[in-house]
Amino acid sequence: MEVLEQISSLIQQGDNEKVLELTSKAINKNISPKDVLDEGLVSGMNAVGERFKNHEIFLPEVLMAARAFYAGMDQLKPLLIRGDLPDLGKIVIGTVQGDLHDIGKNLVGIMLRGAGFEVIDLGKDIPAQKFVETAKHEQAEIIGMSALLTTTQPAMKTVIELLREQGLNARIRTIVGGAPVSEEYAREIGADAYAYDAASAVERVKQLMEVE
Amino acid sequence: MGPMLDRLKKGEVLVADGAMGTLLLDKGLQPGECPEALSISKPDILKDIARSYLEADADIIQTNTFGGSPMKLKEYGLEDKTEEVNQRAASLVREVVGDRASVSGSCGPSGALLKPYGDTEPEVLYSGFERQIGALVEGTVDLVCVETMTDLREAVLAVEAAKAVSAGTPVMATMTFDETARGFYTIMGVSVAEAAAGLQEAGADIIGSNCGNGIENMVRIAHEFMKVSSLPVIIQSNAGKPEMKCGRLRYPESPALFAEKAREMMAAGVSIIGGCCGTTAEHIRAIREVVDSRQVR
Repeated sequence: MEVLEQISSLIQQGDNEKVLELTSKAINKNISPKDVLDEGLVSGMNAVGERFKNHEIFLPEVLMAARAFYAGMDQLKPLLIRGDLPDLGKIVIGTVQGDLHDIGKNLVGIMLRGAGFEVIDLGKDIPAQKFVETAKHEQAEIIGMSALLTTTQPAMKTVIELLREQGLNARIRTIVGGAPVSEEYAREIGADAYAYDAASAVERVKQLMEVE
Repeated sequence: MGPMLDRLKKGEVLVADGAMGTLLLDKGLQPGECPEALSISKPDILKDIARSYLEADADIIQTNTFGGSPMKLKEYGLEDKTEEVNQRAASLVREVVGDRASVSGSCGPSGALLKPYGDTEPEVLYSGFERQIGALVEGTVDLVCVETMTDLREAVLAVEAAKAVSAGTPVMATMTFDETARGFYTIMGVSVAEAAAGLQEAGADIIGSNCGNGIENMVRIAHEFMKVSSLPVIIQSNAGKPEMKCGRLRYPESPALFAEKAREMMAAGVSIIGGCCGTTAEHIRAIREVVDSRQVR
């Protein structure tokens, strides 16, 4: 359907006003909300994720696209029935305690939502307990942690230890990332996965979900 | 010694200092603590660091003000300490180095994203940088170093603020690039050529790159800058991506490697060589020896 292709391409251009307009138009044309979501909004964000991964576009374009995506989602959400919402899985993300950097973490959230995961973004400077409590309460499968500072990355380990103490580490998996974090560091602290950037975070999360 | 820009004009290669943050960690900075506040609470640590780089014979020594903009300090509730933090940091370094080295006022990113992709107005960043740099100049810095920038618009605002505060104070401006399949770009999508043109137009006196992903890539970035820059070029590399060894963080790249790469950078025509995260006084000493072996001071 032409209008859905247009929505997808307008998301890639980051045009939130036109996305809003065309989403209402599609709804008025009686196109099913599920199709608007999958073939319009999510298709647009998938393309954005792919182009970001290939360095054809950068952070500003992704942020603009995300804004357009959310503009469409706001229109669509009240119309979607429960089964329509993408449910690849639920993931709790946040920047660890003591760390106030959230650009990378926000980007991961955008990419995961765009790929169809339900994301609960706790924000920045998040204590270990809060990660674990939220994941338990929301029955999330994964906790994603970000740290930009060498001083704060040990807080990732605290979260993983807390999961172990409560016997939750098999049910709730962990993925870590951020400038000072590496594959080796992730292994050393017992994280289930490491992602170098937002695009690979989506891939690793998909892998983790399949393992479950 | 003479003014720095004159020395560069004569073709002299200068040595800048190394890491600040990494050393503060070694000296007991706690997770979640504001690094810039140490200039007030524990000034002796900052004096020790400046002294160690002076003893390594660096020509340029930086202040502990990377996160000293009001935008950054606000995250710790210290916004109203902007003047004190920056002025104190500058005068501490001055006390130690006197006129034996140039004092460089560090000015890092605000952490905010500009409109339309973020929610911050350019005027907010401009006036914030003006406030920070004004205090640095009052603390008698010899130059201002706008560094680790990824958004060219933000870097330009900081350079312009520096020039508005003190037209006669030289400004260095450096950005941080990642390697992509299409060449080096910042996360915000700025190429080396775009950075060089934009920073020069904003009025920077010295341009280049800092931090990054290790010194091998930095040499390649240096070559790219030399191709497009008519201004002197500064390169301050980190010592590679940190690794966890036995529960301690270490940076993989040695002073010997820095010496070898400093030689390549001199050959490429780089004017100022220093370090970033993970480098120590030993790295700077190693660069100094290479520079001295190739030119008479």
